[in-house]
Amino acid sequence: MHELSIALSMMEQIEQESAKHRGTVRAVQVRIGALAGVDCDALRFAWEIARAGTPFAETELEIDQVPLMVRCPQCGETREAEMFAIACPRCVTPEQEILMGQELELRSMEMET
Amino acid sequence: MTPRLIEVRANILKENDVLARQLRQRFKRAGVCVVSFVSSPGSGKTTFLEKLMGRMAARHRIAALVGDLATENDAARLRRACPQVRQITTGTACHLDAKMVAAALEGWVLEELDYLFIENVGNLVCPSSYDLGEQMRVVLLSATEGEDKPLKYPTIFNTADVAMITKMDLAVAAEFDLEAARRSILTVRPGMRIVEVSAKTGAGMAETVAMVEGLRVRAQAGC
Repeated sequence: MHELSIALSMMEQIEQESAKHRGTVRAVQVRIGALAGVDCDALRFAWEIARAGTPFAETELEIDQVPLMVRCPQCGETREAEMFAIACPRCVTPEQEILMGQELELRSMEMET
Repeated sequence: MTPRLIEVRANILKENDVLARQLRQRFKRAGVCVVSFVSSPGSGKTTFLEKLMGRMAARHRIAALVGDLATENDAARLRRACPQVRQITTGTACHLDAKMVAAALEGWVLEELDYLFIENVGNLVCPSSYDLGEQMRVVLLSATEGEDKPLKYPTIFNTADVAMITKMDLAVAAEFDLEAARRSILTVRPGMRIVEVSAKTGAGMAETVAMVEGLRVRAQAGC
């Protein structure tokens, strides 16, 4: 739903970043966390629309999906958690420290000259 | 030539985050407490807010921003409680962002306000990605919705600070299982504060006013 806004923000960022370098952007790598609230299929679809008719019409979008990783402050266990059931299964401590899974990041660009 | 990999490592919504941070500082300097409200359409945000503002208007200087895709209807409703209300019509956008909030504040003197309430577009998905510079984000869930909604939309519950269960006066008629709803919220967001309210009967409204007032007092004390 808001993936088109996100694709357009990405486009602006890629425009700014790529202007600092020579060449064309062959692909971009983004990291999307499970808790980022972004649907990856919708983002791929939005990217197709956003890139059309721009200098990035051929730029591929490569998505690295980051799982939700949490650490239990009580027993120290680090594990991958489902986003709808975050409590520690070992010691039942409810509050968990989120280590990763909230990313919404433009990681890198692959450029060709 | 072989392609080169250029590291960027930047948040995709960096522009929004930067703007939201600026807004947060501006609000803090001006001493205005900003609370935003998100929920699915029809869960009672506007009615709740109208009642909340009505209760607070005599003692505090209040303003509100309200987001919808179209129409000024909600702003007109909120103006019944307090005059300083602006509608943000987003056109096709399904959420508010920091830029829209900043633009809507144009011409208002924030120093003359105690509270600013922001009602987001009715949507449980998209608003979660956009920081608006608010001090507290409240997510509303009504007693006429499914008790498992938090499990279906975990992200918004994860980005909010308080959950509010609205339309409690309809709970019996809707066979709403309050305990199941509370469990769903706490599964997704352990330790989350939950307030049950009915804008119609006034139940829970005093607690809400106390919570919001407490937030401002704490902010002024610098914690």
